[in-house]
Amino acid sequence: MRNHQGRLIAALSVQFRDIDLAEDVLQDALAAALISWPKSGMPRNPEGWLYQTSKRKAIDRYRRSVTRREKMGSLAHQTQLDTMVNDEEPDEYQSIPDERLRLIFTCCHPALPTLAHTSLTLKTVCSLSTSQIAAAYLVSETAMAQRLVRAKNKIKKAGIPFIVPDADLWPERWKSVLGVVYLIFNEGYSSLDSKASIDLCEEAIRLGRILVRLLPDETEAAGLLALMLLTHARRPARLANPDVYISLEDQNRDLWEKASIMEGQNLLLTTLTKGKPQAYQIQAAISAIHCQASNYKDTDWHEISALYERLYVYEPTPVVLLNASVALSFAQSPATGLASLEFLGKSAKLETYQPYHAARADMLRRDGQNKQARQAYKRARDLSPSLQEQAYFTERLSQLGDTKAYRGSV
Amino acid sequence: MKYMLLIYGAENAAPAPGSPEFDPFMYGYFALSQELTNDGAMIAGEGLQDAETASTVTVRNGKIITRDGPFAETKEAMGGFYLIDCDNLDQAIAYAAKIPSATYGAIEIRPVMDYEQ
Repeated sequence: MRNHQGRLIAALSVQFRDIDLAEDVLQDALAAALISWPKSGMPRNPEGWLYQTSKRKAIDRYRRSVTRREKMGSLAHQTQLDTMVNDEEPDEYQSIPDERLRLIFTCCHPALPTLAHTSLTLKTVCSLSTSQIAAAYLVSETAMAQRLVRAKNKIKKAGIPFIVPDADLWPERWKSVLGVVYLIFNEGYSSLDSKASIDLCEEAIRLGRILVRLLPDETEAAGLLALMLLTHARRPARLANPDVYISLEDQNRDLWEKASIMEGQNLLLTTLTKGKPQAYQIQAAISAIHCQASNYKDTDWHEISALYERLYVYEPTPVVLLNASVALSFAQSPATGLASLEFLGKSAKLETYQPYHAARADMLRRDGQNKQARQAYKRARDLSPSLQEQAYFTERLSQLGDTKAYRGSV
Repeated sequence: MKYMLLIYGAENAAPAPGSPEFDPFMYGYFALSQELTNDGAMIAGEGLQDAETASTVTVRNGKIITRDGPFAETKEAMGGFYLIDCDNLDQAIAYAAKIPSATYGAIEIRPVMDYEQ
């Protein structure tokens, strides 16, 4: 049902150029359905019924506002009314146009604040309630409602269009849409709390599927979906014990979801035949190699190391170099990885970046430099945001014979 | 919809008259103004004298007070504007990006209040 609701909101928002109005009349139509359907039976095409009823509700509102001499801004100006009235024939079998792509571009418009991109996309395209989104982002419902209202006001008042952007704006806007979807995914992934009523990872995957279906030739959409599926597949092993942080190395690979891995791999293989892979496809390929390995040590680290080098072309960030160093430490030796990390540590500000210290600690331990490894683990623990991760590093410290490991930081 | 495109920049950031960049810079303005006129989007567009020529007027208790300035604390001052009429924000953004000063300063886009609504 939520999928249909997203399509309805999209079709109505694009038609009225007003998300608020679309949401309001769909609520009206749903209320009418609660009264009408039990009496006259479920219509053969419930979505068509809701779509037509919503449009009629909008016309009612428009007429009422005209009689009150309060013209409703966008409706009055967009001459949509004529087409809507002509449309008024209750053709409940008419298919609803899929306007979700336009709506996604509107919600992710760069003239809106970044925080609004994710919230508004979840609210409209994914049809989540304000309280569900508020809970997922750990803010109050009031704060989330205000954020949504401000964003919808800006769309209306600043004239942010409900269109798929032209070719000159496409690359920037498309990158931002994919970025918003991946941001939603990562927000879901980084929260170790699985008790939330909605799962942002699944919402992001749902959005990814919509993008792939609507734009089958955009290979990065498929790359992103594959990346999310392959990452998500490992989550049961990561969360096997919610009180403990379980690193990729220690995960029980039998818990990985085979169906998601298969789907992600197949999608990636099909996509890779279509042209030069870019950032999301390369990251998906890295994830696929992890999924193929039966354990951490048998991973094809040479291939992963090469892929990170290719990724660096698209994403020249210290984080990518850090991951490349880790791959190198397995593909060649911990000493090689450490040399590469040392170079990185000098050129980038990573002093407060926990994964840097965690990676360095592991390499030092594998290289037999226990004293330095202990210092690095302590630094990583001090920088860890969650109790689970702090416990993980405490455990590592005690394995290195640090009897003072449990006494807190250095 | 009507949009005000406010052109901001440090006054010495744009090419100086006589420099090799000056002619292309001015030509960019002529070309954009022509394009806006051809598209039927042009309402008005002007460049302003330097911020040091600005005066400020306030009326308090019926008294008119005139002062020199304002001199913004930042170096960025408003140097000109276009008032345009186009369909939506994306079109306004496309025009704003063609303002030669966008390369040196910044363009603020403000939708104009519509009292008919």
